Amino acid sequence: MSEVLDRLIKLAAKKYDADASALKAEHDIFEKLGIDSFQAAELMSDLEMEFDVEIPDYELQGVETFGALAAVIDKRR
Amino acid sequence: MIEWALKEGVYDLRLGQEPCNEIGTSMLSALERFLDQVDTESAHSVVIRSTVRGGFSAGADLRELYNGLKDRPESEHEQALREFIDRIHSVMDRLDMLPLTTIGVVHGICFGGGFELALTCDMLIAERNARFAFPELRLGIVPGFGGIPRLRRDVGNAVVRDLLLTGRSINAKKAQAVGLVSQMVPVGEGLRAAWATARQATKFDREAVRTCKEFMKPLPVEELAREKEHFIRLAQRPILKLALKKFVESDDPRPYLP
Repeated sequence: MSEVLDRLIKLAAKKYDADASALKAEHDIFEKLGIDSFQAAELMSDLEMEFDVEIPDYELQGVETFGALAAVIDKRR
Repeated sequence: MIEWALKEGVYDLRLGQEPCNEIGTSMLSALERFLDQVDTESAHSVVIRSTVRGGFSAGADLRELYNGLKDRPESEHEQALREFIDRIHSVMDRLDMLPLTTIGVVHGICFGGGFELALTCDMLIAERNARFAFPELRLGIVPGFGGIPRLRRDVGNAVVRDLLLTGRSINAKKAQAVGLVSQMVPVGEGLRAAWATARQATKFDREAVRTCKEFMKPLPVEELAREKEHFIRLAQRPILKLALKKFVESDDPRPYLP
């Protein structure tokens, strides 16, 4: 799980030019990355390909933090 | 802004209506102008692409649809919906049947009506960040721009049911795996790949291309008519009006997510 979280944060930080060391599991993804819904959809595609998983949108309802997103990805691996 | 140019036998049709090429009367008028002016004798192919950052198209213009219904008495809703849907179907059918090789380039969001527009193309080239979805059931309706018969024409019924009954979005890799997308390319490479494909099409005999399209891509006329009726019936129910109201009045910065 922590490995997924690390990779997720590194990928998101690189993509949206954020400081990976400042991103924590409990942080809100949208707030910290400053992204809109279009960019969020793009991030989902990147994550699905990075982890070779499929993440149906309905499994993301209520997912707001990096930690919660990492948990969803982890369950799908 | 919708623009087009013909260069070396290839039309470059650029959809550039912010925020994400929502399909309403303005987009329809522009597509009608393109279809009225398209020179099928000089051209061999058409590349349809978006020049807006968010994606190919986020689908129907829900704000326009909401306001169009809100400003009319309920007794006129069926007629208004029917006129709008007939007009959309006419544009989609004409694009579908163009006697040219049509190539859609998809990046980012390709949802709902935008997905239906993409499905009129002969081939789709998807950049790695493309996502496809039919979220209509979340609004209490079914796709109404011809998307169901066209998707069924291209992929297996199980895939159609999965996309419709869950409303989930799939990425470019999955779309290619199910046969929807012919080429998946890196982000930013879609236009180059489409142009190369379109140039290939210019080498072929027009009559052979026309015959191939008529043979392999027939218009599902009966199913399109049935989809239209399903849409018009479902769209008159209060559930759509409530969903549209919620969408229009929402200050959610993520309107395109579930």
